[in-house]
Amino acid sequence: MADTLLKQPAPEKLTPKDFKSDQEVRWCPGCGDHGVLNSVQKAMALMGKPKEDFAVISGIGCSSRFPYYMDTYGFHSIHGRAAAIASGAKSANPDLEILQVSGDGDALAIGGNHFIHAVRRNIDMTILLFNNEIYGLTKGQYSPTSKQGMVTKTSPFGTIEQPFHPAELALGAQSKFYARSIDTNIKLTSEILLDATKHRGTSIVEVLQNCVIYNDGTHSLITDKNTKEEYQLILRHGERMIFGKEKNKGLVMGGNGKLVVVTIGEHGITEQDILIHDAHTPDPHMHWLLSNMSAPEYPVAFGVIRDVAALSYEEKMVQQIKDVQAQSSIKCMDDLLNSGDTWEVE
Amino acid sequence: MSQKTKVIEKEEVVIRFSGDSGDGMQLTGTQFSDTSALFGNDVATFPDYPAEIRAPQGTVGGVSGFQLHFGHTEVHTPGDYADVLVAMNPAALKANLKWVKASGTIIVNEDSFTDRNLEKAGYDSDPLQDDKLADYNLIKARVTSLTKECLKDSGLDQKSILRSKNMFTLGMVYWMFDRPLAHTEEFIESKFKKHPLVVDGNKKVLRAGYNFAKTIEALAYNYSVAPAKIKKGTYRNITGNKATAWGLIAAAEKAGLPLFCGSYPITPATEILQELAARKDLGVKTFQAEDEIAGICTAIGASFAGNFAVTTTSGPGLALKTEAAGLAVMTELPLVIVNVQRGGPSTGLPTKTEQSDLMQAIHGRSGECPMPVIAASTPSNCFEYAYRASKIALEHMTPVILLTDGFLANGAEPWRIPKMADLSPITVPLAKEGDDYMPYARDEEKLARKWAVPGTKGLEHRIGGLEKMDVTGTVSYVPENHQVMTDIRSERVKKVANFIPDLPVKGDENADVLVVGWGGTYGHLTTAVRELQKEDKSIALAHFNYILPLPKNTEEVLKRYKKVIVCELNDGQFAEYLRSNFQDIKFEQYNKLQGLPFTVMELKEKFNQLLEEK
Repeated sequence: MADTLLKQPAPEKLTPKDFKSDQEVRWCPGCGDHGVLNSVQKAMALMGKPKEDFAVISGIGCSSRFPYYMDTYGFHSIHGRAAAIASGAKSANPDLEILQVSGDGDALAIGGNHFIHAVRRNIDMTILLFNNEIYGLTKGQYSPTSKQGMVTKTSPFGTIEQPFHPAELALGAQSKFYARSIDTNIKLTSEILLDATKHRGTSIVEVLQNCVIYNDGTHSLITDKNTKEEYQLILRHGERMIFGKEKNKGLVMGGNGKLVVVTIGEHGITEQDILIHDAHTPDPHMHWLLSNMSAPEYPVAFGVIRDVAALSYEEKMVQQIKDVQAQSSIKCMDDLLNSGDTWEVE
Repeated sequence: MSQKTKVIEKEEVVIRFSGDSGDGMQLTGTQFSDTSALFGNDVATFPDYPAEIRAPQGTVGGVSGFQLHFGHTEVHTPGDYADVLVAMNPAALKANLKWVKASGTIIVNEDSFTDRNLEKAGYDSDPLQDDKLADYNLIKARVTSLTKECLKDSGLDQKSILRSKNMFTLGMVYWMFDRPLAHTEEFIESKFKKHPLVVDGNKKVLRAGYNFAKTIEALAYNYSVAPAKIKKGTYRNITGNKATAWGLIAAAEKAGLPLFCGSYPITPATEILQELAARKDLGVKTFQAEDEIAGICTAIGASFAGNFAVTTTSGPGLALKTEAAGLAVMTELPLVIVNVQRGGPSTGLPTKTEQSDLMQAIHGRSGECPMPVIAASTPSNCFEYAYRASKIALEHMTPVILLTDGFLANGAEPWRIPKMADLSPITVPLAKEGDDYMPYARDEEKLARKWAVPGTKGLEHRIGGLEKMDVTGTVSYVPENHQVMTDIRSERVKKVANFIPDLPVKGDENADVLVVGWGGTYGHLTTAVRELQKEDKSIALAHFNYILPLPKNTEEVLKRYKKVIVCELNDGQFAEYLRSNFQDIKFEQYNKLQGLPFTVMELKEKFNQLLEEK
């Protein structure tokens, strides 16, 4: 075993720098996107794949400028359609490693239809969903994830719309992989991206991202230095759901089917009582409860919330073609042209 | 053995089968046309059916028709008026009587002429009883009861028995035209091979219809249409949609690329997607997208990733694809957009034909956004033009719109099968590892950029909808560069003219009248012009397949004629387009918007009028 491994040519060692393009990064200073870009470049360098196998495909919006800053194959497309374009690219060329970059407006408003159908089909790609709860590029209108009541340029008296919870939407579309990170946590984002790439099928990575100009501090309760550890639960498969500055808080299942935050050492609670995270269970119930937790009642769940194995769309597509080809007597166009009823004219 | 008393030799015959949409008229018509084609006649067919799958039974709106035209000479249209009408119920008679030639033959299923059915069809009195049909050769056959009688001991249930009554009429018509039953018998055996009772039943009814026609001698004479003199070769029947699908597959094979089709079902284009989906044996990938937009976007993604990508649609779907079509122009990726035109606007007449998407194809995008537009003109040459559209897309690195229409899509005709080796080569400008690659560097002949497929080492680059810097392809807002790139996009499409054939003219260079058409009206225009030419009328025809760019000799041809009349199934879109290109030429128009093809008769009448005017 070790022998065969040694005989393989060593893959070219890549560094995050190899994934930086020569284009000047034009996001606002302090924008959360910078951190995500670093996380992606860091993760790609660790994936052990050559650069030419990566394609970064985006729609429209601030985050959708992403491909220009990556020295990979890239496609900056049109508003909302990146999931469809990426679906076609992956089906056409299953060897590609596709990162599809979208914001909350791009993926969930104008591109909502393509988003849910890409997830439903389980096309093998990673959808990096930047969620800053605002339209940034058009300068500050509410998005489908903006909190109800939020005052924006198009909701001067507060928005009256209910926001989407992206995870809920994804689970409804039968998502097999859902993870959440935060723009400032480069280590966690990179770690998640590596898991997402390993997963075969559509992997959604929601990144809570801060727009410094139009929605600064929207995630502050869970990112503020003083409060973040109380409001961030970082999930890892097989580990207990423990969080807090003192690592003494955890989740247990309440009698009413709801999760309950408890403190270890109080009311007879011990570490053994805390739930263990199972990302691999196909049953989405717990993943739904975890992904829908919001502060301050609960901590917000981060890490890989759901990671369930299934065949991807293009694997099935390729297999079906092979199966039919093995059965059919039509091997080329000339065969097809002359198949069925034909007759000779002398 | 035959008891026919008189045989009339005919050059050509038109038959129209009509009944409720559940009566199996499409199948009956297809069987007759296949048999006639195998017999050696030239054939053209056209189905005419309602948009509803099961429109209200017995009503005029629910009538489904199938017209076929077969001949001893070349046949270019499904025919204007029928020599024989088969009407399975009063509604079918009511809907189609106006399409029967004077003194033509009408076969009716007498059993269906009940008070209730007459009322549903809107008849005040029974047309079989009064003298309304006195001028026709009316054949009344109790098709339903004869079928029932024939199958009373067959072991089939009542529903299956009634369903086979179309075979009775088919048998009758086979006798009338002295056609062999073998092809249809084989078809029945293969289609129902799992149901031996149904096979026996259908064959028995088919033969019963044949014998009935022979016995009753209601047909005082029968027709004979000798085989047509057709070019030597192997032939098959093909519809426009199937030919389109096959042309795309052939192009992919020739180019050595996998074919990817991203589409959303829409009448009358759906059969192209279906045909491609059935061709997994040839490695075709079909992606039934969530909507029209995703249809073209998956195709653009597939094109970016190195497949030969196509998307298929009809008018309203083309409207939805507009923005993404602009992206394909901007990114200069090969893509074929097939638009099978139907009656519009909006949902319009989904199952009927029209040519009213021409302007949408030429101009319907944001910005200055040109792309080549070409049009097929017969059901079988949909293969050729799908192939040519593909060749242009792949060699010139551009999206191309291929226009067909509902008439071509559903119409069928015999087709001389080409050999793949005889099709012109398709050379794809792929960039290779080690190339000094610039995404928007171009060749001089075509101004085509090179296609660097993801996965190719060292050619990593970015494309997108934002304006790109000439040569390097980086994002550019430089004002002068936008002018340069706009000019290049326009010039690229103009250069396609160097790679297409000249516009052919049928007829005299000095003719008094030049008829101009494009796309699916070819058969009717050709027939009308030829018939007038036989009468020594001074008339010629120029029919366009290449719309944008126009063939290089277009102006020279059009200028030669004193009178030019542009005929199209819209309100004059091609005429307007020609006027904008050639301001000095006067164009007359003949237009029709009824969801129906032209008739040869109306065209001849119009042309005669024009010929007589001083």
